[in-house]
Amino acid sequence: MTRADVCVVACAEAWRGDGAVLASPTGLIPRLGARLAQLTFAPGLLLTDGEATLLRDDAVEGWLPYRAVFGVVAAGTRHVMMGASQIDRFGNQNISCIGDWSRPARQLLGVRGAPGNTVSHATSYWVPRHAPRVFVPRVDMVSGVGHDRGAIEIRVVVTNLAVLDFATPDRSMRLRSVHPGVTVAEVETATGFPLTIPSDVPFTREPSSAELDLLRERLDPDGLREKEIR
Amino acid sequence: MTIGDVVGELRDGMTIGIGGWGSRRKPMALVRAIGRAGLRDLTVVTYGGPDVGLLIAYGCVRRVVTGFVSLDSIALEPYFCRARQAGAIELTEYDEGMLYWGLLAAANRLPFLPIRAGLGSDVLRVNPSLRTIRSPYPDDTELVAVPALTLDAALVHLNRADRQGNARYLGPDPYFDDLFCLAARRRYVSCERLVSTAELMESGPPQGLLLNRMMVDGVVETPHGAHFTSCVPDYDRDESFQREYATADWDRFRSAYLDGDEESYQKAVAAR
Repeated sequence: MTRADVCVVACAEAWRGDGAVLASPTGLIPRLGARLAQLTFAPGLLLTDGEATLLRDDAVEGWLPYRAVFGVVAAGTRHVMMGASQIDRFGNQNISCIGDWSRPARQLLGVRGAPGNTVSHATSYWVPRHAPRVFVPRVDMVSGVGHDRGAIEIRVVVTNLAVLDFATPDRSMRLRSVHPGVTVAEVETATGFPLTIPSDVPFTREPSSAELDLLRERLDPDGLREKEIR
Repeated sequence: MTIGDVVGELRDGMTIGIGGWGSRRKPMALVRAIGRAGLRDLTVVTYGGPDVGLLIAYGCVRRVVTGFVSLDSIALEPYFCRARQAGAIELTEYDEGMLYWGLLAAANRLPFLPIRAGLGSDVLRVNPSLRTIRSPYPDDTELVAVPALTLDAALVHLNRADRQGNARYLGPDPYFDDLFCLAARRRYVSCERLVSTAELMESGPPQGLLLNRMMVDGVVETPHGAHFTSCVPDYDRDESFQREYATADWDRFRSAYLDGDEESYQKAVAAR
């Protein structure tokens, strides 16, 4: 079992209990997580091939062109897991640019669908490198909105070190679990704002042998997931 | 029409909508020709890909209206990023759904359409002219009023078309090409193959007929005209060429591939 395996399962867990909703993962590890969830404890999930085809157990089950995704967004039957170049303690996320928007130090993707996603349906985040430059007191360009700005639900933030959620009275970020081999202090050092830390922080669930078999033999036999975290 | 005829209808300062999505089914032959023609001060409305980058590299662009610019397999568009970091272009940055709604409003000749997307986000901060509106019904919901994105011209690339402007896509996604046409005053379609109306009807199911001749002012056949973006099932994205585009020195890339006409571009691509 590797750290990447733990991260895949932690991402999969984000979709537990979602039923027949569209899971929209960004990045390899979230994608593996969504497929693992669909194959095991969340069989109701809908997943695309990254374009317009809906797939279940690698077989085509439907058609969902981009324009139809916006209908799903509005209906709220979607749970997206996006990346975050920056994220703050209320879950405000930035994928647009670093620095002053009018002339950024680093132009990134643009806000994409993050503003609409976050005010319409459940959103989670995947951060492959948990660091203070990602977990910032204030993001430079609010793309996905956080709980203090009208987000429906920021469910979890999965990183290479830990799982974070917003189960606090003001819906600010809390440490839910640390991955096996990671200390609470490491997570605090890698986070650029104060986290709520429960008195007893559990370890993130380890993959079952059945999950590891699926990952190794079917979903990612070449082990590409190991390259997404460093 | 010819590629030159289409570009001849465009003027400096126009607002031009470009179909496709990211690095997928972009009317690149027309984009290349706009660059060569040296149009200036364009506002480009697009789900942005290398169409944005090439036009910026040529110096054609004043403003981009978009929710993202990406080459898909290469996350960031190098020319767009450099231009933003240099302060060389203006940007109207919308949520992707807002862009859709703006085109939908223009297509329906509405001044705006309300949407939830954008509320609470910095999209409202960086677009100070955007307004919100309250529902006139008892729910009293506050929504973003996305203004109509009315276009002077739309450029789209489809797999098959007839001379009159009926056209179909053969890949899995129509993207927003019909809306770009409906939102525009002048509409131009490039296609992989120009066929008879009868052949167009036989080449797929009726619901793949995305455009009809009411929505189109000109058609031009540009085989491989979406290159290096994807145009499935006719061809996939040319990943190695896209990498070359993204990493090469602009002047070298331009003289190697772009300085001639579309035919010489396609020859240079085939010969590499």
